[in-house]
Amino acid sequence: MSEHTHDHDHHEAEGPHVSLKEYVTGFVLAVFLTVIPFWVVMGNVFESSTTTAIVILAFALVQIIVHMVYFLHMNFHSEGGWNMLALIFTLILVFITLAGSLWVMHNLNVNMMPGMMN
Amino acid sequence: MSDNTMTANTQKAPLEFLVKGDHHPQNGTLLGFWIYLMSDCLIFACLFATYGVLGRSYAGGPTGMELFDLNLIAISTSLLLVSSITYGFAMLQMQANKVKGTMFWLAVTGLLGAGFLGLEVYEFHHLIHAGAGPQTSGFWTAFFALVGTHGLHVFFGIVWLVTLLFQLKKHGLIPANKRRVFCLSMFWHFLDVVWIGVFTFVYLMGVLP
Repeated sequence: MSEHTHDHDHHEAEGPHVSLKEYVTGFVLAVFLTVIPFWVVMGNVFESSTTTAIVILAFALVQIIVHMVYFLHMNFHSEGGWNMLALIFTLILVFITLAGSLWVMHNLNVNMMPGMMN
Repeated sequence: MSDNTMTANTQKAPLEFLVKGDHHPQNGTLLGFWIYLMSDCLIFACLFATYGVLGRSYAGGPTGMELFDLNLIAISTSLLLVSSITYGFAMLQMQANKVKGTMFWLAVTGLLGAGFLGLEVYEFHHLIHAGAGPQTSGFWTAFFALVGTHGLHVFFGIVWLVTLLFQLKKHGLIPANKRRVFCLSMFWHFLDVVWIGVFTFVYLMGVLP
């Protein structure tokens, strides 16, 4: 790896300024956040499946944020804030799609499948 | 002819603009590409929702718990993760205006991506031979649709990357190529973010009893 010099003051190029420190921090965090869920599942750390599911979903959420910040360089001022606005709008739509589908189809299964009435 | 009327008007009152400052982004390409990625994100959300709904519809066929090989998934996950930082190295080389270094790290990224894709093809082949094809049950249809769409994105990412290598070789680090490298970096890192969802939701949660 070549050392990164800061003597260039060009700003004609698009996109944010990236740094080695940023990528290395992101990568180290991502490695931990990937290895731990695999270890939790493959090593049967928790007895309850629900606990394991909650733990690995929490790790996935944190890892997605880490990738967004360190690799995709998300912040509140890139592209005049429109990047973040588009992301927040998309996250709302993703939440509605996922939560809505699971909720509606779960209710359909519970209420309408013969033999599954409790 | 309208110029005459314009100059006549400006003499009466100075032009008033609604937006006074320079608030718009200088070049919309990166923002436009980001919005494309967000729409892609919605495609994946729909596929994840389908998988979530059909996640236990095995139709008496094989289950994910029986057939998923977590060791294989751990290897392909690490290939994709390492390819993220090698792409970062390519970005740093580009920032230092080193075309050879940029091309070298892009090539490494492409090879890691190809390795990931190779493992995925091997896994699909193995699954179909074990009697778990896309037609077996709702679960496997949703699985192949979700994981296959991600794999297809990686494939087109590699096609784009190889094209970019030829463009870099021919034209060097011109502004257009820098923009392309930056757009591909967003695409590549976005695919890694989607893969976090896939390995957690499909594979790790799929093998839980």
